[in-house]
Amino acid sequence: MEQTMDIFKRRKMTYTAVFLVFIAVFAGASYVADFRVVDGILSFPAAISWIASNLIPDQAALERLPNILDKLLETALVSVAVTVVAAIFAFFFSLLGSNITKIHFAVKRIVRIIAAFFRNVPDVVWAMLLMFSFGQNILTGFFALFFTTFGLLTRAFIETVDEVSSDCVEALEATGANLIQMVFQGIIPSSLPGIITWVLYMIETNIRSSTLIGVLTATGIGYLFDLYYKRLDFASASLVVLSIVVLVLVIETISNKLREVIL
Amino acid sequence: MTGETTIHGPSSVMELERFMNRSSKGNIKIGSKSRSQKAVRGLIIGLLAITIYAFVTFDYQGIDFAEAVMETLHNIRTVFLEPELSRDTISGVLYQLLVTFCLGTLSTVIGAVLAFFCSLLCASNIAHPLSVRIVKSLVAIARAVPTVLWVLIFAVSAGLGSVAAVMGLTFHSFAYLTKAYAESIEEMDPGVIEALKANGASYWQIICQAVVPTTITSMVAWTFMRFEINFANAVAMGAAAGAGGIGFNLYMAGSFYFDLREMGILTYIVVIAVILLEMVSTRIKAKVK
Amino acid sequence: MALLEFQHVSKIYDNVTRALEDVTFTVEEGEFVSIIGPSGAGKSTLLRCINRLVDASSGKIIFDGQDVTSCSKKELREIRTKTAMIFQHYNLVDRLSVVENVLHGRLGQKSTLSGVAGHYTEKEKEEAFRIIQEMGLIDQAYKRCDELSGGQKQRVGIARAIMQHPKLILCDEPIASLDPKSSKVIMDHLKEINENKKITCLVNLHQVDVAMKYSGRIIGVTAGRIVYDGPTEGLTKEMIHEIYQSNENDLITDVAG
Repeated sequence: MEQTMDIFKRRKMTYTAVFLVFIAVFAGASYVADFRVVDGILSFPAAISWIASNLIPDQAALERLPNILDKLLETALVSVAVTVVAAIFAFFFSLLGSNITKIHFAVKRIVRIIAAFFRNVPDVVWAMLLMFSFGQNILTGFFALFFTTFGLLTRAFIETVDEVSSDCVEALEATGANLIQMVFQGIIPSSLPGIITWVLYMIETNIRSSTLIGVLTATGIGYLFDLYYKRLDFASASLVVLSIVVLVLVIETISNKLREVIL
Repeated sequence: MTGETTIHGPSSVMELERFMNRSSKGNIKIGSKSRSQKAVRGLIIGLLAITIYAFVTFDYQGIDFAEAVMETLHNIRTVFLEPELSRDTISGVLYQLLVTFCLGTLSTVIGAVLAFFCSLLCASNIAHPLSVRIVKSLVAIARAVPTVLWVLIFAVSAGLGSVAAVMGLTFHSFAYLTKAYAESIEEMDPGVIEALKANGASYWQIICQAVVPTTITSMVAWTFMRFEINFANAVAMGAAAGAGGIGFNLYMAGSFYFDLREMGILTYIVVIAVILLEMVSTRIKAKVK
Repeated sequence: MALLEFQHVSKIYDNVTRALEDVTFTVEEGEFVSIIGPSGAGKSTLLRCINRLVDASSGKIIFDGQDVTSCSKKELREIRTKTAMIFQHYNLVDRLSVVENVLHGRLGQKSTLSGVAGHYTEKEKEEAFRIIQEMGLIDQAYKRCDELSGGQKQRVGIARAIMQHPKLILCDEPIASLDPKSSKVIMDHLKEINENKKITCLVNLHQVDVAMKYSGRIIGVTAGRIVYDGPTEGLTKEMIHEIYQSNENDLITDVAG
C-alpha cells in the first residue's frame, strides 16, 4: 500500500514540477518577446468577431471572386508543379544518399548535407533572394518553394527508401540484378506508397507556404489578400481566406481518399 | 495428404492457360490488377499532366530566364560566401534570435495546452461521437488557414507585433497538435481504458492514470516537432507580418536595405539555430522514451 | 571437383567482431547440407560470403571452379545467377504480383533495359507459371505478395530461386518465421528440388530435428568455427550440446523427440 502511495505521490510531484516549469518558461518568454497575455486574450474575441462579421461576402467582394479564383488556381498549380518537380529531383538524390544503394559513403554524406542545407534555409530567405533577380514573377515563388521542398523531400525519401526496401533489394542483389534493375524492380515499387504520401502532404503544405511567400513577394493569392487587407476591404480579404480553406480541405479530402486506396 | 502439402508435378502449358491473363496482343500479363496499382498509375499521370499544364499556362511576363538565373547564382554566392554584418551588432542579432525563439516557445506552449484539452474532446475512443465530429471539422478548418493569414487576422485588433504573431502562430499549432494528440490517443490499447472503467474510475482518473501516461511519449514528440516548425514560422512571420525577432531583421536587410551580405550572416545564424534545435529535440525525444 | 570449396575463410566486422574464423569445408554437387548453430554463430555470414552479399576478410571461396573472393564485377553477376538465395523474411517486393516476383529470378541474366521495363519473354513467363503451379500457388499468381501468408510467401521465394536455374540454393533460416505445418511444406519442397532437379542445397537451420530429418550431412557452427562436419548419423547428443554450448536438458528441441 505504501508503495502505491509513493507512486501517486511521485506522479503528483512530477505533474507539479512540469506545471511550474511551464509557468516559468511562459513568463520568461512573454517578457522577452513583449507578449502581453491580456492583449492576447482580448484579441481572440476580436478576431472571432472579425471573422463572423466578414464571413458573408458583400457585393463588391463577390465581384472580385473571378479574380480570386484565378489566383487560387495559379497557387494550386504552382504547389503541384513545385512538389512534382522537387519530388523527381529528390528521388534521384535520395538514391544517392540512401544506405542501401551503397554508392559511396562520401556521396551519401554530401547528399545529406545538401539536403539539410536546403531544408533549413528559411523559404523567406529564398523568396527575398529571388526577388532581386526574378522580380514579382511567378518563378520567384516557384523556386523559393522548390528549394525547401527539395530539401524536405530528399530527407523524407531517404528515410522511406531505407525503411521499406532493404530486404527486397538484398534478394534482387542475390539474383545477380544490377543497381538500375534493383531500383526499378525493387526500390520504386516498394517505396512508392510512402513517396506518394509525402508528395500529397507537401502539395497541401505548399499551398499554405505559397500564401506566405505571396504576401512577402507580392505575387499570387498571398498578394491578393495583402492588397485587400491593406485597403481595409475585409470582406474581400475574408473571401480569399475562405477560398484557400476550401481549396486545402478539398485537396486534403482527395489525398485521404487516395491514400486509403493506395496503402 | 491435404491440398496444402501436395507437391505438383510438371504440367503442360495448355493446363496452365486457364490461369493466365493475356493482353490484346496475346502476351501473358504479369502485373497484379489491384485497384491500388491503378490508383497509383492514375495519380502519377494526373500529377504530371497538371505539372505540364502549369508550366505551359504560367504567365512568365517575358522574363529573361538565363539572365535571371545567372543573377540569382551571383546573389546566392554573395549571400552564402561573403557574409558580413554591417548594420546590426552580433549581440543585437542574437537577442533578436532569442525573441524569435520565445515567440516559437509561447505559441507552442499555449497551443499544446489548449490542444491537449481539445484532443480529449475529439479522440473517438474517449469522446462523444457528436463532439468528435464537430471539433474535428472545426480544427480541420483552422488548420487549412495559412499561419500568415491568422497573424494578419489577429493584427486587425491587436496591431502588428508580438501579440498578433503569438496568437496567429498559436492558432495554427493548436489545430495541428489537436489532430496529432487525438490520433495518439486513438492509437491507445482499448483494454487499458476498459480495465480502469471496470474499476469504477472517474473520467479525470482515466485521463490522468491511463491516457496521459500511455500517450505522453508521442505527445512530447509531436510537441517538439511542432516547436521546430513554430520556430521556422516565427522567422517567417517576422519577415512577412512584421512580428519582430530575427525574421524582421532578415526582412529589413533583404527588402529594405538590399544588403545581401547581412542577409548571409542572418541566414547562417537561423540555420545553425534550427540545426541545434533539431539536435536538442531529438535528444529530449529519446530521453522521454 | 567439388561444387563449393571454403579455404580458411574468416570474416571480421568493423575490425572487432569475429563472425567467421578459419572456416574450411567442401560441398559436392547434389548434396543437401544443413548448417546448425546458435543465433549469432555466423551461419548467415557464412552463406552471404558465397554470393558476396558480405565480403570475406580473408581466405578463399571457390564456387564451380571460379574464385568468388577475387572475381570481377561481371563474374560476380554470373556467380550470383548460379547461386539462388532464400531468406528468413522472404524478401519479396510486397507490392508486386507473385509472377513478377518469380520473374525477378531472371534479372541477373537480362539486359539492364529489359530489367528496368519489367519485360520478359513469353517463354520465361510460361516457365514462371509452371514453377508457380509446382509450388501450388497457381490460384495466387496475380495476387500481390502482401496478400499472401508467410508459408505462401516463402514458396514464392523458392519459385524465384528455381527461376534462376541455379546450381546451388542458399537458404538462410527458411522456416524460422513459419508455423510447423508451413515449415514442413517448405522443407518438402526443398528436398524435392534437391532430389528431382539435382540442385545442391545449403540450408541454415535453427531446428536440429528438422536438420536431421532432411539432410544427409550436417555442419555445426559455434562462434564462427566449424565444430562438427559429417553425416547426420554421426551427430551425437553430446555434439549437439557442444554446438549450442548448452547443458543437458537446456534445449527445447531434443534429439530423442
